[in-house]
Amino acid sequence: MSNLSNINLKIWRQDGPDSQGRFETHQIPEISDEASFLEMLDILNERLIEEGKEAVVFDHDCREGICGTCSLMIDGQAHGPQRGTATCQLHMRQFDSGAEIVIEPWRASAFPIIKDLMVDRSPFDRIVEAGGYITAPTGGAPDANLIPIPKPVADASMDAAACIGCGACVAACPNGAASLFTGAKISHLNLLPQGQAERYKRTEAMVEEMDSHFGSCTNHGECEAACPKEISIDNIATMNADYARSKFKNRKALSR
Amino acid sequence: MAQTLSRGPVTGTALQANAAKRKPFLLDLYGTAVGKKYVMAITGLVGIGFVLSHMIGNLKAYLGVVTEGDERMYDIDVYGEFLRELLVPILPHGYTLWLLRLGLIGALVLHLHAAWSLTQLNRKARSVKYQSERDYQVANFASRSMRWTGLIVLTFIAWHLADLTWGWVNPDFVHGAVYRNLDASLSRVPVAILYIVANIALGIHLFHGTWSLFQSVGANNPRFNRWRKAAAAGVATVIVVGNVSFPIATLSGIIDFDPDAITCCVDQEGHSE
Amino acid sequence: MVNPSNKRKFKILVVGTGLAGASAAASFGELGYEVEAFTFHDSPRRAHSIAAQGGINAAKNYQGDGDSVHRLFYDTVKGGDFRAREANVHRLAEVSVKIIDQMVAQGVPFAREYGGLLANRSFGGAQVSRTFYARGQTGQQLLIGAYQQLARQIGLGNVKLWNRIELVDVVTVDDKCAGIVTRDLMNGEVQSHAGHAVVLATGGYGNAFYLSTNAMACNVTAAWRAHRRGAAFANPSYTQIHPTCIPQADDFQSKLTLMSESLRNDGRIWVPKDADETRPVAQIPEDERDYYLERIYPSFGNLAPRDVSSRAAKRAVDAGQGVGPLKNGVYLDFAESINRLGLDTIVERYSNLFEMYERITGEDPRESPMRIYPASHYTMGGLWVDYELQTTIPGLFCIGEANFSDHGANRLGASALMQGLSDGYFVLPYTIAPYLSDLLNKPIPETTHEAFVTAEKEARDRFQGYLDIGGTKGPDHFHRELGRIIWDYCGMDRSQIGLEKALAEIPALHAEFKKDLRVTGSGSSLNQTLEKAARVDDFFELGILMCQDALTREESCGGHFRSEHQTDDGEALRNDDDFAHVTAWEWSGNPSEPIEHREKLEYEVVHFATRSYK
Repeated sequence: MSNLSNINLKIWRQDGPDSQGRFETHQIPEISDEASFLEMLDILNERLIEEGKEAVVFDHDCREGICGTCSLMIDGQAHGPQRGTATCQLHMRQFDSGAEIVIEPWRASAFPIIKDLMVDRSPFDRIVEAGGYITAPTGGAPDANLIPIPKPVADASMDAAACIGCGACVAACPNGAASLFTGAKISHLNLLPQGQAERYKRTEAMVEEMDSHFGSCTNHGECEAACPKEISIDNIATMNADYARSKFKNRKALSR
Repeated sequence: MAQTLSRGPVTGTALQANAAKRKPFLLDLYGTAVGKKYVMAITGLVGIGFVLSHMIGNLKAYLGVVTEGDERMYDIDVYGEFLRELLVPILPHGYTLWLLRLGLIGALVLHLHAAWSLTQLNRKARSVKYQSERDYQVANFASRSMRWTGLIVLTFIAWHLADLTWGWVNPDFVHGAVYRNLDASLSRVPVAILYIVANIALGIHLFHGTWSLFQSVGANNPRFNRWRKAAAAGVATVIVVGNVSFPIATLSGIIDFDPDAITCCVDQEGHSE
Repeated sequence: MVNPSNKRKFKILVVGTGLAGASAAASFGELGYEVEAFTFHDSPRRAHSIAAQGGINAAKNYQGDGDSVHRLFYDTVKGGDFRAREANVHRLAEVSVKIIDQMVAQGVPFAREYGGLLANRSFGGAQVSRTFYARGQTGQQLLIGAYQQLARQIGLGNVKLWNRIELVDVVTVDDKCAGIVTRDLMNGEVQSHAGHAVVLATGGYGNAFYLSTNAMACNVTAAWRAHRRGAAFANPSYTQIHPTCIPQADDFQSKLTLMSESLRNDGRIWVPKDADETRPVAQIPEDERDYYLERIYPSFGNLAPRDVSSRAAKRAVDAGQGVGPLKNGVYLDFAESINRLGLDTIVERYSNLFEMYERITGEDPRESPMRIYPASHYTMGGLWVDYELQTTIPGLFCIGEANFSDHGANRLGASALMQGLSDGYFVLPYTIAPYLSDLLNKPIPETTHEAFVTAEKEARDRFQGYLDIGGTKGPDHFHRELGRIIWDYCGMDRSQIGLEKALAEIPALHAEFKKDLRVTGSGSSLNQTLEKAARVDDFFELGILMCQDALTREESCGGHFRSEHQTDDGEALRNDDDFAHVTAWEWSGNPSEPIEHREKLEYEVVHFATRSYK
């Protein structure tokens, strides 16, 4: 345990969706390296409140890297410098004394800024609503062991399902594309035997919904590097393959 | 595209899309960014095929002169004539080449249109840019400069056609005399530099393009995935090395047109016989 | 019952979209009810159900180890220290098997064996392997499953979803629940919503302790506002302290992180025998280590139930044997398992947990043991509900962690997900019908009704009130102080003296809060400080009730341990003659003087036994 000193924060402040934003600088004279990044912002906010100023608004909740609520572009990287780590699990030991840390909200037209560092990510929900599910109304399910699923298939599906929907992929993508998010959801469901009945309908609907909000994938791979769950861009290839099939496949012969 | 922060409950979000009328399936596919990326990939693949065979064909410049009976000709000139004779007599002289050219033009136009519309889409997808500096992790120079290398290549194609197909910018141009035109053009130092620069740009474009097209068409298999980047680097290197060798060989005199070495087939006015 | 074509005539408001809320809203939508769902998150997928790591229990007996509905039922009643309602628990055990079927059909990628069948792991408090899991992210996968079903209903237009909206009051008309008042977090707008029935699925109140494994936004407001309008609050002192969390590192820590209990399958818990031990871990010889759980509870060993393990850890740390820089933890050591099974096997089982631990502490558990310590994690208490999950306000239902029903005084691991999904998918969609059927074709009060108008005004005044105090300290300061009092006096070890002290300190701090709170910003744009202030305000009143309940319950049972009531060797001493009941508290208007009601617990199948894991 040791302390960092003289951290300079450059934080984006914006009063509302249509307001003009600006960077504001704040000093953190001293902080323990055991503190998490968001705890540092908590400390700043408590100080701001005591000074009679408005606290910096930022999205966060579980603080254990699973709910996907937290965001933040830290020093030009989505979720900051540590790979495979959401902002809430980033700790100050990743920074040095005297560092200047620049904090910006996610930027994408589909993610308008609500206030300060908080953005609206609801287009992700629209994509799931379009088809990111398996239709299985409550009560009608057969026994869980009826369909054996090979372990590698279950594992691959789980790899994709680990997505926390934080939006870092969109934030990191130079094109503001949501292909990794959409691809991961499509892979999760399309890989499983249960997901086959709606496979092409799902892919078609989700890709087209995605298209109405986000940019296009040009295979930079930034999304994979920024993803706190390290979800592979292979899922994008899976989505692309299934999308083309959704246009060509004779859906009446799906079970053949 | 920008969302407004209207408040109120959300419901029925999938109904409209479900009821939407569909266009014919290819247009429907092309209607989305994923579909356009397929078009980018497939037309790009056509382009790679062309560039690769073009380069291989040009290597015949190094084979010098061939003798057929009493006639002596530059091998590459023979090859040029061969291309015009392709599929004769099924199709008349020159037709096949034109069909191939039309295919290439079509591919180029589609590639450009898709690239243009995707660029527009991507601009709109982030209408307000990051206000601080981005720190890219894996996006490389090739992937981030696709638009610029693409534009360089496009400009170069125009120059290249004007130079060695139509002869507009090649004062010594003789139609059909490939070897002679090559030498005449690339002996000019600025032109040689232009070719070198353009081909390096092409190589960078192809490096990302080749890798990227596997992703875009969903060719994804853990067994081969790690070869995708290597394959892309291989293709790009072969093409760049091959193509850049021509201006260098010309400047260093390895490619050097000698009218006395051949007996055929260009007359004084520059018409092929 | 309600006839299918009549269902659309009923409007159900579901507040909270975690496991219980999302599954209930989706099921209501499928059945044809008119549903409105409310979440204060940006998306239903953020709910804290997502953080459950270890798994979900079900009496499938896929391992052929003698599991059955009866055994799960019995284990749950016993695990709850005979303080749960027998009928509810049996229904939960019956439904458990359907949950797994349902979730698999929805595409939850549970762990599988190589043959393709579902894998199971064992969990604390059970001697069979009945826990289904998806790596260390079971809660996430189940919540996403339920969220996707809800998303489907939203897409189809059967459910209306309100996001970033928080319940601020429950409205009753003629002693029936008529609807709710909400506040839009984005613009502060206060609004009423009327419906035939209201379902609260708003989670637990573990954040009363300030430091807990709950998410930052978890709060008691919805349940507490319902309580203030007449819903009885049952067993608030039954809080669960989870034995395996990462110890606190410093004073400004904002929350604690849980390490799945499943780690106890392969980790051995120990402390140095010598309180003054200074050598590095690796140099402490075997015979100078105290594997205290294995020593005291040989038959369950490291898998002793949560309350038992937690108290044992506290005793070790209180005895000065704690480890780590602040001497506030115990070791959870994988060395033996790594030797036996190989590093790869252990890493495959727990990789994400190991990584999470390393990110937080900067230490690698493959090389040195983890340090763990108990932390507030789950609250068994909650709004009192009957067998049909209806609160004491007719028309107001409560499901998931927010109610008190199934876990008694202590919840077994991997049972929270089971209860949330059971309530949401398989219980409430049917048990709500009898109430609704009486309302068929009768008008219900609209939002213009006086009761709504009054409640809206009260809510607006309350929020403006926080802004107007103009004191000196932010809400976090008060929350931290409150949490310290509750943790010290109403945490793992409670005594009459301590509780009485807390009952004096909390109201005093609450008074200071009302005088010295400072909320900056305005009420008409997004203001997290203001949201927090309102939540902390409700935690104060709840804190008083928790201590009151703990003081009244003169016995030790499950998560409630009264130091006056223990055996000679420090085990909990239950008093079945006087306390085999649920305590349901009624709001009197004065937080310090709640009205006590008792529901006697009748056991027809299970016989009282001393819970022993030795």
